[in-house]
Amino acid sequence: MVLVYVETTGGEIRKAGQEALTYGRKLADKAVTTCVALVLGKATDPAGAGRYGASRVLHAGDGALDAFESGLYASAIAAAARQTGARFVVMAHSANGKSLAGRVAVRLEAGCVSAVNDLPDLSGGCAVRKGVYSGKAMAEVQVLTPVAVLTVAGNAIQPVVVGDKAPVEPFAPELPARKVRVKGVDKVEGLVPLPEAEIVVSAGRGMKGPENWGIVEELARELGATTACSRPVADSGWRPHHEHVGQTGIAIRPNLYIAIGISGAIQHLAGVNRSKVIVVINKDPEAPFFKAADYGVVGDLFEVVPRLTEAIRRSKGSH
Amino acid sequence: MSTFAGTKTPGFDLNSLRMNILVGVIKTPDTTAKIAFTDNNTRLDTQGVAFIMNPYDEWYALVRALEIKEAVGGQVTLIAVGDAEYDQILRKGLAIGADDAIRIDTEAMDSFQVAREIARQVRAGSYDLVFLGKETIDHNGSEVGAMLAELLDWPFLSYANKLELNGEVATVNREIEGGVETMEVSPPFVLSAAKGLAEQRIPNMRGIMMAKTKPLQVVAPEQGDARVRFASYTLPKEKSSVRLIAPDQMDELVRLLKEEAKVL
Ligand SMILES: Cc1cc2nc3c(=O)[nH]c(=O)nc-3n(C[C@H](O)[C@H](O)[C@H](O)COP(=O)(O)OP(=O)(O)OC[C@H]3O[C@@H](n4cnc5c(N)ncnc54)[C@H](O)[C@@H]3O)c2cc1C
Ligand SMILES: Nc1ncnc2c1ncn2[C@@H]1O[C@H](COP(=O)(O)O)[C@@H](O)[C@H]1O
Repeated sequence: MVLVYVETTGGEIRKAGQEALTYGRKLADKAVTTCVALVLGKATDPAGAGRYGASRVLHAGDGALDAFESGLYASAIAAAARQTGARFVVMAHSANGKSLAGRVAVRLEAGCVSAVNDLPDLSGGCAVRKGVYSGKAMAEVQVLTPVAVLTVAGNAIQPVVVGDKAPVEPFAPELPARKVRVKGVDKVEGLVPLPEAEIVVSAGRGMKGPENWGIVEELARELGATTACSRPVADSGWRPHHEHVGQTGIAIRPNLYIAIGISGAIQHLAGVNRSKVIVVINKDPEAPFFKAADYGVVGDLFEVVPRLTEAIRRSKGSH
Repeated sequence: MSTFAGTKTPGFDLNSLRMNILVGVIKTPDTTAKIAFTDNNTRLDTQGVAFIMNPYDEWYALVRALEIKEAVGGQVTLIAVGDAEYDQILRKGLAIGADDAIRIDTEAMDSFQVAREIARQVRAGSYDLVFLGKETIDHNGSEVGAMLAELLDWPFLSYANKLELNGEVATVNREIEGGVETMEVSPPFVLSAAKGLAEQRIPNMRGIMMAKTKPLQVVAPEQGDARVRFASYTLPKEKSSVRLIAPDQMDELVRLLKEEAKVL
């Protein structure tokens, strides 16, 4: 049995939840078992987890679970794992998933592997691959316990719709008292958050100043991309801190990362080198970023970026 | 700059506000280190690798702990689960301003062993708070904090980029996807530190001299099994060299992204 904890925002299944479900369903196929989804708190359509392959859905709708708390959520997930006899507990490697996996693993006396990239090899137990050393290497991690708790790295798997709504069963685990009071959530509206973005347009000191970001934003808009930046750009206040990617900022793994006027220092690469495809635009042919790039344009960004935006616009027109 | 808002309420017993804070620190290869493996790809080749204190531990967790101690009094204790090579980073933490250090003398096999050892020290001592980094930059696990909180049955505030203490109530901002969550909690709790929580401090000469005589206690580990094992490592395939596109050929770049890379 594979149990997938499905994250929701505003009651809807988030992309991270869809990815975890797809991973869980594929893992269940591989282990010749079924995949059960667990939804906590308010949810508009828990049955929708069936679309990604869950054969049934446990829904703990207790109001105590409407706001996140790692201790509360972990006890609910562990209770569901025990009830379903889960051998694998799967969740997203998101902010919440990361604060839960270790707690759930302790409760279940299970081995925990975070940010896995692939389905495990089940031939001799459970061995699964993950990125280590800031993306500079991969490790194969063996789980030595009967139960495994896995968190799935963002964008490691594409959500796949395979079915239809699944039956929902109410689930009422015993919950500990709440110790943390959630006072509010400040969301940056309208944007796909960086860790979830499929396309990221990022710019660095080569932009010369914050007043020049219009061309970057326009390219991002044309691509439906989220914007990011290098650390000196955030440190000097040209862009907000939540856009800072790299070793000390956010680590991302989009399908496409476009780096504009960024030299490609190792600390920057540490946060972006897991991107599937990297495009680098830099006027210096010796910029280290070109060594990590799939496609490169050697040229002045102030000319290249508007041209690229135009070309994307044209390509849309021709369809 | 993170400012400290720990106001001491008049009439409040000052001693009850003192905070004893345990800060977990781990050593990691410098990010610029070239990563290679030995022993049939089962171990990091440490030759020529410089090790540093994990930046989240040093810059944010430790410094915020010191700021709190400076405001309300108390003690900042470092803890590391690792072999004698850790003494060097513990001395650095003492030079930055921690009062004393504990080293659990073992090479931990997995996050659970680390969490179990730290939990044992927390139970043996009298700590109000445990601060960790948000993740180790080598194995990028983000596992120890949650495990430790569960072992202690304490709340866990992960990815904190702001912490203010007001009497017995802490207000913590926590990074979540695309935003920030604000929470209130009372000690004891475990917190993991992200960028923004504090500003890096560079040890000065006086700190470095004082660190030499501060207590560093070495403790034998508890016996217990690991729950996962890092069995082997592989290096990614070398990227094939970059494909250059002339700056006036942006239609071609878009075509390649669509048809060859299939990302548009
Ligand atoms: C411990 C530590 C942690 C760090 N963490 C991070 C991190 O998390 N993230 C991060 O990004 N950095 C980090 N850094 C900093 C990192 O080392 C680099 O200094 C930084 O990434 C450089 O930013 P940049 O590429 O924007 O600027 P620069 O290195 O100044 O590069 C600017 C680039 O723009 C190009 N350029 C200039 N004008 C044009 C033009 N008109 N058209 C096209 N190209 C142009 C230049 O050729 C150059 O390559 C860290 C450093 C340390 C020591
Ligand atoms: N061996 C260790 N000794 C002390 N603290 C550790 C150790 N490993 C991890 N930590 C702490 O736990 C945090 C998260 O680590 P991780 O779960 O490995 O990503 C680190 O930033 C440290 O503060």
